[in-house]
Amino acid sequence: MTLLGDFALWAAMLIGLWTAAMAFFGPWQSRPALATSVTRGAHAACLALLVAAVALWRGLFTHDFNIEYVAAYTARNLPDYYLVTAFWAGQKGSLLFWAVVLSIFGALAQLLTPSRHRNLLPHVAGVTSVVLAFFVGVMLFGDGANPFERLPFTPPDGRGLNPQLQNPGMIAHPPTLYLGYISITIPFAFAIAALLARRLDTGWIIAMRKWALASWLFLSIGITIGMWWAYVELGWGGVWAWDPVENASLHPWLTLTAFLHSVMIQEKRGMLKRWNVALVIGTFLLSIFGTFITRSGVIASVHSFTQSDVGYFFLAFLCVTAIASFTLLYTRWPSLAPEAQLESMLSREGAFLYNNLALVGIAFSVLWGTLFPILSEAVRGTKMTVGPAFFNRVNVPLGLFLLLLTGIGPLIAWRKASVANLRRQFIAPTVGGLVTLVAMLALGMRAFYPLVSLSLAGFVTVTVIQEFTRGVRARMRLHAEHVALALVHLVGRNRRRYGGYVVHIGIVLYFVAFTGMAFRTEKTVELAPLESSTIRSPYGHTYTLTHQGVSQYAALNRHVSAATLDVARDGVRIGSIKSEKRQHVDSFGNPTFEPSTEVGIRSDLREDLYVVFSGTPDGTERAQYKIVVNPLVSWFWIGGVVLVIGGLLTMWPGGPQIRVARRIVPQAGYAVPLATVAK
Amino acid sequence: MKPATKFALGAAVIIGAVSVMMFEGVRQTGTYFLTPTQLVERVRDDSTFHDVGLKVSAKVVRGSISRDVASRQIDFRISDGLAEFPVRYVGLVPDTFTDANDIDVVVEGKFGRDGVFHAVDVIAKCGSRYEAVWEEPSGTLTRR
Repeated sequence: MTLLGDFALWAAMLIGLWTAAMAFFGPWQSRPALATSVTRGAHAACLALLVAAVALWRGLFTHDFNIEYVAAYTARNLPDYYLVTAFWAGQKGSLLFWAVVLSIFGALAQLLTPSRHRNLLPHVAGVTSVVLAFFVGVMLFGDGANPFERLPFTPPDGRGLNPQLQNPGMIAHPPTLYLGYISITIPFAFAIAALLARRLDTGWIIAMRKWALASWLFLSIGITIGMWWAYVELGWGGVWAWDPVENASLHPWLTLTAFLHSVMIQEKRGMLKRWNVALVIGTFLLSIFGTFITRSGVIASVHSFTQSDVGYFFLAFLCVTAIASFTLLYTRWPSLAPEAQLESMLSREGAFLYNNLALVGIAFSVLWGTLFPILSEAVRGTKMTVGPAFFNRVNVPLGLFLLLLTGIGPLIAWRKASVANLRRQFIAPTVGGLVTLVAMLALGMRAFYPLVSLSLAGFVTVTVIQEFTRGVRARMRLHAEHVALALVHLVGRNRRRYGGYVVHIGIVLYFVAFTGMAFRTEKTVELAPLESSTIRSPYGHTYTLTHQGVSQYAALNRHVSAATLDVARDGVRIGSIKSEKRQHVDSFGNPTFEPSTEVGIRSDLREDLYVVFSGTPDGTERAQYKIVVNPLVSWFWIGGVVLVIGGLLTMWPGGPQIRVARRIVPQAGYAVPLATVAK
Repeated sequence: MKPATKFALGAAVIIGAVSVMMFEGVRQTGTYFLTPTQLVERVRDDSTFHDVGLKVSAKVVRGSISRDVASRQIDFRISDGLAEFPVRYVGLVPDTFTDANDIDVVVEGKFGRDGVFHAVDVIAKCGSRYEAVWEEPSGTLTRR
C-alpha cells in the first residue's frame, strides 16, 4: 500500500503543477475545452489524494509496523477509534491530512460555485493547485515528511499514541482547526482569481463569502475544543496560556473576523475594497505562518513538533506567496478605488472601521508578542520573551473596546446616525449595562476590568434582545403572525443578520467566562487519608475536600493510580472527585511514555472545582493535590455552542436572494422578480 | 473637519495607545530567555543579573534530580553542554519532568549569588511528545 500511496502523491503533485501552469499561463480564455480541463484538474488531484489517504489508513488499521508512521503513532492495544485519529497525530500524517482536505475543498469550490461566477474558476483551480502541489511537495521532498516511508526492519509493536492525545477532545480539535486553516485557501484563491481576472466588483466576495464563514466557523470550533482539551487534559487549570501555537490559531481567526465585518461595508457602500483583499491575503499568510511556527521549532513552545527542515519549506512558501500576492494587489490598486467616502464617524461604517482596527490591533500585538523572542534577538542580540502578563495588559482593554463596538455596530445607522436614531436605539442597552454594573457592585465586585466587562456584556445582550423583539413585533403587526412563527420567519428571511446576532451572544458568553477566570483561586495541598483541606470560592462558599485514599488497578492499555476526594460545600456533602495518574503500557506490559494525569472536575454553571492528583510523594497513600476553583468556566463551552448555532444560521443554504432581487429593472410598468423566476 | 480625517485621528489615538501599552508591556513583563552559557557570561560581566527574573532553557543533567518529599523541594542540575549549574524549585512539576532522557526544560526565576538558580516555575518540554527515534536492529524504542 505504501507504493500505491507514494504513487498517488506523485500523481497529485503532477496534476497540481499541470493545472496551475495551465490556469496561469494557458490560453484557456479562448479555448473553453482547456478551461474545463483546468477545473477538472482540481477533481483529479482530489481523487489521487483520496487514494493516498486510504493507503495510509489501511496501513494504520492493519498494524503494518514496517511503515515508520504507523509504528511511531499506534500500537496493537490502541483502541480502534484512535487508529482513525492517528492519521493526524504526527507531522507526516497531518501534512497528508492537510493536502487531502485541501483537495476536497478545491474540488467543492469548483462544484458549488454558482455558474454566474464561472469565469473565476480556472484561476481558483490554479491557486488551490499551487498550494496543494506545495503541500504534496513537502511530503515528497522534505526531510522525513513522507508518511509512506518504510523502516528497514519491522518492530513487533508500535510505540503507541501519546496519552495526552488519547482524549475525545483530541479526536475533534486538530481536524476542526485544520479544516479552518485549510479552508482559508478558498477565499484566498477567489481573491487572487479576481485580481488576476480584473473582475474586481463585489462578485468574488459573494462567491466566496460562505467559504470565509465556514473557515471562520471551523477555526472557532477548533480553538474552543482546543481550550477544552487544554482544560481537561493538561492539568494546569486554565484554558488559554498564550502559547505560540495557541496564538498561531488566533491570528487568522482575528483577521478573518475583521474581514467578515468589513466585507459588509464593501457590499453596502463599495468602500474598503483594497483593505478586504489585503485582509484575505493576510489571513491566508497567517494560516501558513501558523503552520511554520508549529513545525519549525523557531519559537519555543510546549506544543512543538520535532524540529525539522519542513518548517523552512513553509517559510520559503510564506515569503514567495506574500511577495506575489501583494505585488499583484499593487498592480490592481487603481481598479480597487472606493465608490463612496465615509460620511460621518457616527455611522455603522465608522463602528466597523474601529472594529477592524481593534481586531487587527489585537492580531498585531499577539503576533508581536509571539515573535518577540526572535525580534529581540535579532535587534538587541539577547533573546527575551513576554508572557501572559504582556498579552493580558494589551489585549484586555482592546478586547473590551471591541465588546463595546459589538453592541454599537448593529444598532447605529448606515452613512450618518441622527440624534433620534441614537436615542431610539441606545436607551435600553445603556440601561441594561448600567443595571448590570449596579448589580455587580451590590454583589461586592470591585475589580475594574471585570466590572467593565460584565457591564458591556449586559449592554450587548440587551442590544441583541432589542433587535429580536423589534423584528418580531414588526412581523406580528404587519403579517398578524404568532410570536413563534414571527421569530422563525424573521430569522429565516434575514439569516445573516440574525445569525450574526446569535454569534454576538456567543462572544458575550466567552467574555463572561474570561471575566470569571479573573477570580480563580488555587492551592496546593498534601493530605493523608481522611485528612481534609478547605478552599473558598469567590461566591463565598467553602469547599471541604477530604482525601479518601489512593487505589491502583490496570486498565486496557495503562496502569492507573486513582485518588478520590469527598467534597462538601458549606458542610453539606455534594459528591466526590476522582483524579488519576496513568502509566501507559505497550502490549508486553512495558511502560511507554511518561506518566500522565487525568484531572477531576466537578462543574456547574457557576463554578468548577478542579482537582489535580500530582502523586504520592512517599509511596504511601499520602497524596499531593492541586485544587482550583474556576468560576464561570462552563460558559466557554455554552458560548461555543451558541456561536456555532449562530454561525450555522448565517450559512444555512437557501433563503431569499437579495442580491438578485436588487437588480430588478422596471420595464414598461412591470417589475419581474427574477429571484422567483429563478426558482 | 472631514469624517475621514476624524477617523484617522481616532485611529491614530488607538494605534498610539496600543503602541504605548505594548512598549510598556514589554518593558515591565519582558523576561530574558538565555542558555546556561549566556547566563554565566552575563553574570560575570554584570552582577546585577543576579537580581532580575529570567528564563533559562537547557537540558536536565541525567540522574541529578533529588526530591525532598516533606517540603516538596526539588533540586536538580541543568546544562547546555558547556555551562552547568544547580536549580532549586519548590512546588509541583509536570509529569514530563524526569532526569532519565536528557529532557528539555525551561526554568524561570533568579540566578542567586549563591550560584543556585532559584526557580519559580519549571516547564518540561518533552521532545518525544510527537516523534520517536528508532534504534536498529532490535526494534526497541528510545526517545529523543
